[in-house]
Amino acid sequence: MAEQQIKGYQTGTFVVGNRLLDPEQRSTQARTERSNTLTSGHRACQGCGEALGARYTLDAAMRATDGKLVAANATGCLEVFSTPYPESSWQLPWIHSLFGNAPAVAAGVAAALKAKGREDVRVVGQAGDGGTVDIGFACLSGMFERNDDVLFVCYDNEGYMNTGVQRSGATPPAARTANTKPVGPEPGNVFGQGKNVPLIALAHEIPYVATATVAEPRDLEEKVERAMELRGARYIHVFVPCPLGWGSASEDTIRLARLVKETGIFPVFEAEKGEVTSVSKIRRHVPVTEYLKLQRRFAHLFKPELNTGVIERLQAGADRNIERFDLLADDEGAEFPGEATDQAGPPESEPGRPVEPDADSDVSSLLRETHGKPR
Amino acid sequence: MLEQLEGSQAVARAVGMCRPEVIAAYPISPQTHIVEALSDMVRTSDIDPCEYMMVESEFAAMSACIGASAAGARAYTATASQGLLFMAEALYNASGLGLPIVMTLANRAIGAPINIWNDHSDSMSQRDSGWIQLFAETNQEAVDLHIQAFRLAEELSLPVMVCMDGFILTHAFEQVDLPSQDQVDDFLPSFKPRQMLDPAEPMTIGAMVGPEAFTEVKYLMHAKQLQALDAIPEIAADFTEGFGRESGGLVRSYRADDAETIVVALGSVLGTIEDVIDELREQGVKIGALAIKCFRPWPIDEVREALVDADRVIVIEKAFAVGAGGIVGQNVRLALSGCEPTVFDIVAGLGGRPITRKSLRSLFDEVFEGNIEPNRLHFLDLKKDVVEREIGRTENGRNPGPHAENILRDIGTVASDSH
Ligand SMILES: Cc1ncc(C[n+]2csc(CCOP(=O)(O)OP(=O)(O)O)c2C)c(N)n1
Ligand code: SF4
Ligand SMILES: [Mg+2]
Repeated sequence: MAEQQIKGYQTGTFVVGNRLLDPEQRSTQARTERSNTLTSGHRACQGCGEALGARYTLDAAMRATDGKLVAANATGCLEVFSTPYPESSWQLPWIHSLFGNAPAVAAGVAAALKAKGREDVRVVGQAGDGGTVDIGFACLSGMFERNDDVLFVCYDNEGYMNTGVQRSGATPPAARTANTKPVGPEPGNVFGQGKNVPLIALAHEIPYVATATVAEPRDLEEKVERAMELRGARYIHVFVPCPLGWGSASEDTIRLARLVKETGIFPVFEAEKGEVTSVSKIRRHVPVTEYLKLQRRFAHLFKPELNTGVIERLQAGADRNIERFDLLADDEGAEFPGEATDQAGPPESEPGRPVEPDADSDVSSLLRETHGKPR
Repeated sequence: MLEQLEGSQAVARAVGMCRPEVIAAYPISPQTHIVEALSDMVRTSDIDPCEYMMVESEFAAMSACIGASAAGARAYTATASQGLLFMAEALYNASGLGLPIVMTLANRAIGAPINIWNDHSDSMSQRDSGWIQLFAETNQEAVDLHIQAFRLAEELSLPVMVCMDGFILTHAFEQVDLPSQDQVDDFLPSFKPRQMLDPAEPMTIGAMVGPEAFTEVKYLMHAKQLQALDAIPEIAADFTEGFGRESGGLVRSYRADDAETIVVALGSVLGTIEDVIDELREQGVKIGALAIKCFRPWPIDEVREALVDADRVIVIEKAFAVGAGGIVGQNVRLALSGCEPTVFDIVAGLGGRPITRKSLRSLFDEVFEGNIEPNRLHFLDLKKDVVEREIGRTENGRNPGPHAENILRDIGTVASDSH
């Protein structure tokens, strides 16, 4: 077997390979006793981030609760691809009721378990971004406010994928969706005020709030484990790329989930009782174009000409996150230039500073490179 | 034990004796007194174990009941009017999943215009939601029907709605015979769910079903409702045995044996109707009544049998299908298709308008005199002059403004209610 160099930037993080870890610290996914809560055979698209997110989350939750777990699922891709009648991919007790009520259904399950003296059985509610930030929002906020004993997980693929990729309250500005096409004077989704549900959850001062991406399963697992140590309302918002809806390559799912964090677009943090307790630092800061150019939903920003105005606004949003959450590590990327990279080139500018988007780059060759692959 | 009680308190006490394990409710007049009393009883452990969930909407209330029931708990909620509509999506879900939730509906009108008073437009709007719908005539019957409802729901794994007239029953103080806890425990066994979210036996509930099986699942919903047509009288008979009084069932006839005219109605208005029937009987008029106790499932055979020998049937209902006609009337005609009796559709008591003996007397006289067209909707006590003036305003003015406010100005009333 060819020897593989361990990348320095990974040490001290949860991304580190299992080989370096004490067996007790191994990721749930790397264990033979992994429960395969969402087992194989479901109908998700190739490279579906939501399927990965659900599997990481629920396997970790099953491990944390010794298999005593019930899930309430909202309508959406996850529900549809996992339960085509009469088949089911779920290896835990699972209920799907409606699109907008998963937090309330989960809270009802928790109440029933409490009344029956079965509080050893724990409850997870789960939904896509639509089921969480839009139609399920009132139920979610009510569940938080009552501090019901539910871990609610949002798998955020930034749109209504199940109904054919329409915009949701979590769709980023400028993104192309089926109802925000790149036509008219403001191509793609409009710049709104955003709807940052992790921060809204934080404002409820519930016991636990975290964000995570499918690029860092160990980090996600760690957060699920922490959430299951606590009682009351808990919320984890998982960023899950959707190759079909975003026009990205299936093999780029993890890359995109990593880049969304490395650009500062999606801050990864943890909070308890309304206070942020930890922030995942950016390991190698990259400009937002590195992330955007891998997705056809943003192709109109690069073609027929570079839309620098919009790209600058998106960059400004990411920069604001970086400042607000203090996302840059002091020694970010400095020690290992050229090694600390995933695919894109190393930072060219001085350490700690984002790379400016190269306005003169050959856009059409860039697009050919990133979007021209047969799929 | 006989007690002088408000209807809402009596129902709350009865529900408490049914030992619900999860109650999730959101306040709306005229249901509030029921859920307030239950909240007290949970706080004082008079119902124990029980979780009372103060949810943020009726949609959440029904959704929480869905979760609780699927997790094997006896679940209860109560609502009215706008609240029932706010639940609508979850109502269909509860019945589609076959979850035996019991709900009190304190019948109230649906806006706009917003109105808190009694009629049946709320329950009628959800008549096809897959819920069993039982109607109480008195507070005693409301108490008894709740006890029967839990047993019916759980025997068939179907949700049951107990409808009682808002304010007229919920806020009326009457003598009620409340059963003892032992009596209820003997009648109502503990809940053994047909399906349950249990880690010991993981089960998927609520999977996606396509054309290959959807019809069959829906057929079974229908078949279970038809089973209820047998179960409801059986449970009512059992109830009579255990509690010593008659309550519930599918239909109840009043002085109808030789009746040429039979008045059909649901709920508390039957008391007034029976008074008028007594008066008319004294004058030798052959008139009787049929109380519909169970509107869903529709007891088609029992209704036909009860009405088929009459000459005319006068259906008095507190809701109607806008643009179509009577709702109960349509169902009655279905039961009587190919049979003799002529059916008159009368809508009455909308938004709390009292249905008086005087109005009923003159209505029946008009029917006897042939002044009312059968099979067409007739509005009892409609203020025709007010309607005509408003129609005139609409025809004349370019921008006449909202009907409701115009009419209020016209008749010089300013409504000021709490909602
Ligand atoms: C009340 C209601 N409105 C609309 C729909 C249609 N619908 C089903 S899933 C869905 C979008 C789901 O989006 P999201 O929650 O983000 O999940 P995803 O499919 O993206 O994973 C919509 C609009 C529905 N099922 N119910
Ligand atoms: S459309 Fe997106 S979220 Fe849905 S299954 Fe495909 S990749 Fe997953
Ligand atoms: Mg989505």
